[in-house]
Amino acid sequence: MIETKGLRKSFRSRQGREKKSVDAVRGVDLVVAEGEIFGFLGPNGAGKTTTLRMLATLIEPDGGEANIAGVDLRTNPAEVRRRIGYVAQGGSTWDESTAREELVLHARMYGLGKAEAQRRAVRALDAFQLTEYADRKCKTYSGGQRRRVDIALGIIHEPKIVFLDEPTTGLDPQSRAHMWDEIRRLRAEGMTVFITTHYLDEADALCDRIAIMDHGEVVAEGTPAELKREISGDVVLVAIEGSAEDAGKVLETESYVTKLETSDEGALRLYVNDGARDMPQILRALDGAGIALSSIELHRPSLDDVFLTKTGRSLRES
Amino acid sequence: MKFARDTWLIFQRQFLLLVRQPVWLFVGIFQPVMYLLLFAPLLKPALQASSNAEAYRIFVPGLLVLLAIFGGLFQGFGLIAELRAGVIERSRVTPVSRLALLLGRSLRDVVSLIAQAIIITVLALAFGLSVFIGDLLLAYLMLALIALMTSALSYGIALVVKSEDALAPLMNTIAQPVLLLSGILLPLNFAPGWLQGIADWNPFSWAVDGARALFAGDLGNDAVWQGLSVMAVITALAVVWAAREFARSVR
Ligand SMILES: Nc1ncnc2c1ncn2[C@@H]1O[C@H](COP(=O)(O)OP(=O)(O)OP(=O)(O)O)[C@@H](O)[C@H]1O
Ligand SMILES: [Mg+2]
Repeated sequence: MIETKGLRKSFRSRQGREKKSVDAVRGVDLVVAEGEIFGFLGPNGAGKTTTLRMLATLIEPDGGEANIAGVDLRTNPAEVRRRIGYVAQGGSTWDESTAREELVLHARMYGLGKAEAQRRAVRALDAFQLTEYADRKCKTYSGGQRRRVDIALGIIHEPKIVFLDEPTTGLDPQSRAHMWDEIRRLRAEGMTVFITTHYLDEADALCDRIAIMDHGEVVAEGTPAELKREISGDVVLVAIEGSAEDAGKVLETESYVTKLETSDEGALRLYVNDGARDMPQILRALDGAGIALSSIELHRPSLDDVFLTKTGRSLRES
Repeated sequence: MKFARDTWLIFQRQFLLLVRQPVWLFVGIFQPVMYLLLFAPLLKPALQASSNAEAYRIFVPGLLVLLAIFGGLFQGFGLIAELRAGVIERSRVTPVSRLALLLGRSLRDVVSLIAQAIIITVLALAFGLSVFIGDLLLAYLMLALIALMTSALSYGIALVVKSEDALAPLMNTIAQPVLLLSGILLPLNFAPGWLQGIADWNPFSWAVDGARALFAGDLGNDAVWQGLSVMAVITALAVVWAAREFARSVR
């Protein structure tokens, strides 16, 4: 459905006197299959939005190529537009118009006739539980309602692919869960969904496949399970009452500890093969050295660990 | 066909939004009426006109051109609000014609300007202005061209600078010399030669001369076709340029 090769974009921006160039996206290769929910996971400024805007024909890539729904992005952006939907990270509605008006207008901008546009608007309002507010001005909507309007707009013309830039940012947990259901419904209808997020749980639970992006590059790609499997073993987090350094020296020598790190909060991260089996040994070793610990936690590998091993930073911290 | 349909779509929406802002309607009518009422007593002596009717024939076309220029130039602010709301980006991912994105908006501005012009003309008629309907329609065409041009320019510039803070001083800088040097409020007949020389380079002074000739019933005057042609050419350039800005990447 989507295939990109070496997609690049840099921005020139002026900071006071000096001109700086930001390499927002530096060579992205992606393959997105038909009918999947593909997630772009990355911290602020990773280049997610920039990549999406290139794929949605809003900005021209500096280099590289992309094929979207069978159409070449560089040579035929007009046809790409007809086949995709795009929902921006910020909003997309006029304050003074109603959801119904917006949906009808947007459908008509895709060339649909008036009657058909109105029919689709009714259906979309219903599908996104907006019927109740359909004829109220958008400025009176809550954040979640407004976000639902944005997404309904993005798919009103029933595109093959829809790009959703951070569809759930700013929503409360309940609205987020709803939004996930709605996104899954789109997939069930046969749409390919490309979302960006910086929520680990969202990437994990919602996406069929993800690409982890950092500093304009894809650092890992695969299903969440595959990516986590790559990180062999579990992580045991140990917080020490006294000096973490001493405890580190003790545990370093233990044979089952494959890797040891000190986190920023002064806790120890121990990479072990089987956390459940090794935890008692860790406790025993610390006890034997007379070191008191304040907490111990077992972590099965998470996407954050994947991110950490690939970039050396935690997504939670950045 | 698609282009006309797209333009109509955008125009409809823009017009709806305008009508939903009654404050603008009020300001748009109130301001010119105040000009007319407050300047009226000064006109005859100031313009050394022989009658009120003659004074209005000079003043009203100038006032209308002024409104067209200013009304158009400040439309960019609305567009910046739309940029911020994400509406422009949302439009740009659809296959809608980029020229229609511009023209739909500019035509809304033209329509609201002509509505203002009609109100002012009718009022001025009550004060003693007299003008032939054919001449008046041609003068309105001139106004429509001016409004189209200035609003297109304003939209184009708004898309380039993307912030009100940059747009406001820019528009004032453009509007001021244009206003002072076009003889809009007062004719430049009595100005020193060097000032008239500069004014010749101001396209709007051609427009004002043309409009004044039309209000004076002097259809055969060269100023009429010259003014219309100058405006038509510059308007076409402005529209092409601004539509390109709509097509180009924003942000
Ligand atoms: N128009 C622009 N001009 C200059 N720099 C830009 C522009 N757009 C984006 N950038 C820069 O490009 C980089 C990538 O930005 P982008 O918006 O793609 O990140 P993102 O992954 O979407 O982040 P977020 O999670 O915060 O939305 C950032 O450093 C950003 O400052
Ligand atoms: Mg973003």
